[in-house]
Amino acid sequence: MRIINPLIAVLVLVVVALVAAQVPGGQALVGIILPYLAFAVFLGGVVYRVVYWASSPVPFRIPTTCGQANSLPWIKQNKLDCPSTKAGVIGRMLLEVFLFRSLFRNTKAEMHEGPKLVYGSSKFLWLFAILFHYCFLVIVLRHMRLFMDPIPAFVAALEFGDGFMQIGTPVFYQTDAIFLGALAFLFLRRITLTNIRYISLPADYFPLFLIMGIGITGILMRYFLRVDVVAIKQLALGLATLSPTITGQIGAIFFVHVFLVCALLIYFPFSKLMHMAGVFMSPTRNMINNNRMVRHINPWNDPKIKPHSYASYEDEFREFMVGADIPVEKELPAQPAGEEAAKAAE
Amino acid sequence: MADTKVAQMKEKVVKEPSLMTGAVPAKDWWDVEAVFKPGNYCYPAKKSIVEYHNKSLPGIFGVPREWDPESDDWHLPENWKEIILNGLKERLDKFRSLKIFMDCCVRCGACADKCHFFLGTGDPKNMPVLRAELLRSVYRNDFTLAGKLLGQMAGARPMTFKVLKEWFMYFYQCTECRRCSVFCPYGIDTAEVTMMARELLHLVGVGTNWILEPAANSNRTGNHLGLQPHTFKENAEFLLDDIEEATGVRLQNLNFNRKGAEVLFIFPSADVFAEPGIFTFMGYLLLFEHIGLDYTISTYTSEGGNFGLFTHNSLMKKLNAKMYAEADRLGVKWILGGECGHMWRVLHQYMDTMNGPANFLEVPKSPITGTVFANAASTKMVHISEFTADLLHHNKLKLDPSRNDHRTVTYHDSCNTARGMGLLEEPRHILKSVCNNFHEMPENTIRENTFCCGSGTGLNTGEIMDLRMRGGLPRANAVRHVADKHGVNMLSCVCAIDRATLLALNQYWNPDVEVCGVSELVGNALIMEGEKERETDLRFTPLAGMEG
Repeated sequence: MRIINPLIAVLVLVVVALVAAQVPGGQALVGIILPYLAFAVFLGGVVYRVVYWASSPVPFRIPTTCGQANSLPWIKQNKLDCPSTKAGVIGRMLLEVFLFRSLFRNTKAEMHEGPKLVYGSSKFLWLFAILFHYCFLVIVLRHMRLFMDPIPAFVAALEFGDGFMQIGTPVFYQTDAIFLGALAFLFLRRITLTNIRYISLPADYFPLFLIMGIGITGILMRYFLRVDVVAIKQLALGLATLSPTITGQIGAIFFVHVFLVCALLIYFPFSKLMHMAGVFMSPTRNMINNNRMVRHINPWNDPKIKPHSYASYEDEFREFMVGADIPVEKELPAQPAGEEAAKAAE
Repeated sequence: MADTKVAQMKEKVVKEPSLMTGAVPAKDWWDVEAVFKPGNYCYPAKKSIVEYHNKSLPGIFGVPREWDPESDDWHLPENWKEIILNGLKERLDKFRSLKIFMDCCVRCGACADKCHFFLGTGDPKNMPVLRAELLRSVYRNDFTLAGKLLGQMAGARPMTFKVLKEWFMYFYQCTECRRCSVFCPYGIDTAEVTMMARELLHLVGVGTNWILEPAANSNRTGNHLGLQPHTFKENAEFLLDDIEEATGVRLQNLNFNRKGAEVLFIFPSADVFAEPGIFTFMGYLLLFEHIGLDYTISTYTSEGGNFGLFTHNSLMKKLNAKMYAEADRLGVKWILGGECGHMWRVLHQYMDTMNGPANFLEVPKSPITGTVFANAASTKMVHISEFTADLLHHNKLKLDPSRNDHRTVTYHDSCNTARGMGLLEEPRHILKSVCNNFHEMPENTIRENTFCCGSGTGLNTGEIMDLRMRGGLPRANAVRHVADKHGVNMLSCVCAIDRATLLALNQYWNPDVEVCGVSELVGNALIMEGEKERETDLRFTPLAGMEG
């Protein structure tokens, strides 16, 4: 059910888009109104979620230190994995965001007879995660050619690089294949590794299927099914300049593609996909390990919480302390002479 | 000792069907109920102990009562769900970390096999991702749009007694060691999640005695063992006799609650109480005598460890506040901290924020070397390993490392000093200076990748020995590796919980390996003025060549 339901959900989205592309007014709805709506929900939702996060303070400075701290001058600090300066944190975050530093550490543990635990290198998740994310980024940037006129130089350069093998007409983009391959790996990994399968939720499969759907419809449109590229460019440029028009026969596959992209944009802010923004705000990564150097302020620190006072401690144990020659603030009350004499007599 | 014999356990961890041994669980995780039976849970807090805490911190530890985890009636307050959900709301508003860690997990599974409890038990809910999902599912249900609209399809489930039982079971099978957070691509820290969940559990009166009673003791008597001032002093002084017997030197420097000392020395109280901590304590005293340090020990703040950390941030703050209060009263210049792991998590990451600024203290400066500890400029507290490493670097110690030649030593990074502080090289520098035989464990098990002893955060209690031996298996296994490969017979560490728990762990898995504090090995090697010819080390084991 965890896998089938999200798959059905994506197929339903495809069918809805196919139907919408055929009914009167449907193309305008999917091609014009929905993109604006989805973009608004995406932007608004992401901003809302980030503001929601930021509205809570970070009461304590809790970096996870993954290397030697700044300590004595002759001890070599690991400035990236255990930064003590803002520059170090920026470096740590750049590594995290652009190179998935933490995922690169991944190992795989195995239990053998003995018992003997063995930890092997395990870089595949890192590799395919990074391929997926970078290809996605390149593909999104390549699409800027549709929204801009003239096409920016960096987009043209990207397209040239992506198609440098010059295979086929239109030119085949490597990122398309790698993107789908990486997605397939991430999906197969989820269903074949026992423990990953066990932890996976519908919310993990749904975005995978949705993004696969976007990739497949995009590839179909570019390489296999005829669509009116000029009309698409006109529509996209129109969307970007707030004067969208739909002319000619664009082809239903285009509307499926756009519909799924809109679904992804709308789904994004309410889902785990928000890790894109969250990674920047994780306190264990983005804080400076200068805890003992600079005092961190907790806005809700409660000054009314006081320690069990020394005075009450001494009051309770004064007799024992005096008896054990431990210095005290207040001496024991002088005992009346009579009592002392009586004690001495005992 | 553990209920299961070691030979049996060796079979079980390899062959018993579990996620670690490749078995596929029959039911979805949310359909598997937590079942409490003797040996898999820590005893609940006594009524009197909760009453004691309620006097100074009302509302945090719930209604004092007797209750039994094995029963289906925990005598919870009628509105317990409301208390939990309100408590969760309050914590979401107070901790950005909680919001981020609830929202950002993609269940990539990188953390899954990083947890020592998962490796030792194979229980799916000991994968950090699922441990967090236990709380996350409730968060989604009541605090997210997707959860409210889609329910279980969005991974949401309502708060029920069944969920509460899972929380009590699995947030007490996490030692807040943060190993998973090293591998998480978003730095999600299960320690933070566990801390929040334990706070919520305490709100409805679900807590364990092994944590709350030591916390009460720390508050009242100054240390978690409940040693009153005269007993604490006697225990410490008793060790002077042992030092004299081993070294021929009668130390004159031990003193308590002395005003005007330069340094206040705070260490885990177990170091005056039980083996092998007492040998670490002897090492501290020998070092201070050797360099003529002007220090004092306070009976009022005679506990470095902070059991509040395992319960609620208010209690953590309250217990920790004693340190600055006492440093102020005694008029010392700065504070030196002994070997203790979670004590240093609090000192490094919480103390200054909670109870600073300590403007009445001075930036710590070693009176021997003149080194200013700039890294402690605000908190004004220095770790004994930093202090000792600095002395060694300046050649201020007269040493005979051959006195540790009967030991082949390895070093266990405690979770908190490694991943909460970044104290990695200082102890190693010390060990390499005072021992001739030092070998590292495999790299996936040390430094930031270090494995927990399996019994941190108040889990080192006798009633869950099987669990502890399983949780400690990854650490014990790495020790086994170097014991076989290099003949390691001594596992050193800078943590009092480690000194207690690794002892039990090694007696179970590696009976040929002993446990010590780093300062004990320093004490062995120090050449004291007026000493006799040493025949034994501080624990009266003959030195190499003296066995006859």
